[in-house]
Amino acid sequence: MFRCIYKTPLFAANAALNLKKKSRGKMSLSAKDKETVKAFWAKVSGRAGDIGSDAVARMLTVYPQTKTYFSHWKDLSPGSAPVRKHGATVMAAVTDAVSKIDDLTGGLLSLSELHAFTLRVDPANFKVLSHNLLVVLSIMFPQDFTPEVHVAMDKFLAAVALALSEKYR
Amino acid sequence: MVVWTDFERTTIQDIFSKIDYAVVGQAAFSRCLTVYPWTQRYFGQFGNLYNAAAIASNPKVAAHGKVIMEALEKAVKDMDNIKATYAELSALHSEKLQVDPDNFMLLGDCLTIVVASQLGKAFTAEVHAAFQKFLAVVVSSLRKQYY
Repeated sequence: MFRCIYKTPLFAANAALNLKKKSRGKMSLSAKDKETVKAFWAKVSGRAGDIGSDAVARMLTVYPQTKTYFSHWKDLSPGSAPVRKHGATVMAAVTDAVSKIDDLTGGLLSLSELHAFTLRVDPANFKVLSHNLLVVLSIMFPQDFTPEVHVAMDKFLAAVALALSEKYR
Repeated sequence: MVVWTDFERTTIQDIFSKIDYAVVGQAAFSRCLTVYPWTQRYFGQFGNLYNAAAIASNPKVAAHGKVIMEALEKAVKDMDNIKATYAELSALHSEKLQVDPDNFMLLGDCLTIVVASQLGKAFTAEVHAAFQKFLAVVVSSLRKQYY
């Protein structure tokens, strides 16, 4: 009843077309991805304060395990001073990463050391913050955050997370 | 035994009453195939999925998006019995379709993003948290019959 999909002509056709795509290494950013990220970021970075603050607030609310890293804050509620400040910090770092998009590992070296040796954030959480950033972007820029922009941003944030994980072990 | 607060129950019912299943289903499922292209492995019979434009205009993708939303509605209608509701679907995904269960949350994340863009400011952090909890219960139930 269920045919082996690998043998269907359409699967083979799609697979052949995918193989023709130039190989750049493990899910690395293409020139088009970089262009897309830079263009989109230029559009949205004017609202960096709101974006960062909402993303951090959401992360703490929706994924409460992330609160464990902020036990030193007096106030973890959305819109609080520490949340706003940290949102701004994160956004500044992402903006910096966009400018270093051609060499994220090199460009984010000291940030990686910070996360690895001082903060010791479990790298699984990078994906969590990334997801919340994307949710906020889709709320604030519903027309611009197309599937094409979504995949480029998701790849970019994953590449940033990978660069941040570089010094862990 | 999942315990739902009144806020969570109302929020989930509210979200699903507000969204258009055809629109949201198509948008979420096509986003999943675009953003996580390895998920296309399960849809070889859907025709042209080569790029975002092809996926976005593919009628089989749109139809299947709606099927997914209708299946989610079953859970919404009986939030205290989601595990039982999805027992058959879980066995189907495991035994016949052989879907890697890690893929379930990829679709879940895309659905969250689409619902967020539909509801805008109304998709507050608290509403988002309720939705995330609902998705986690759905995914957990779908994983139950895997062995």
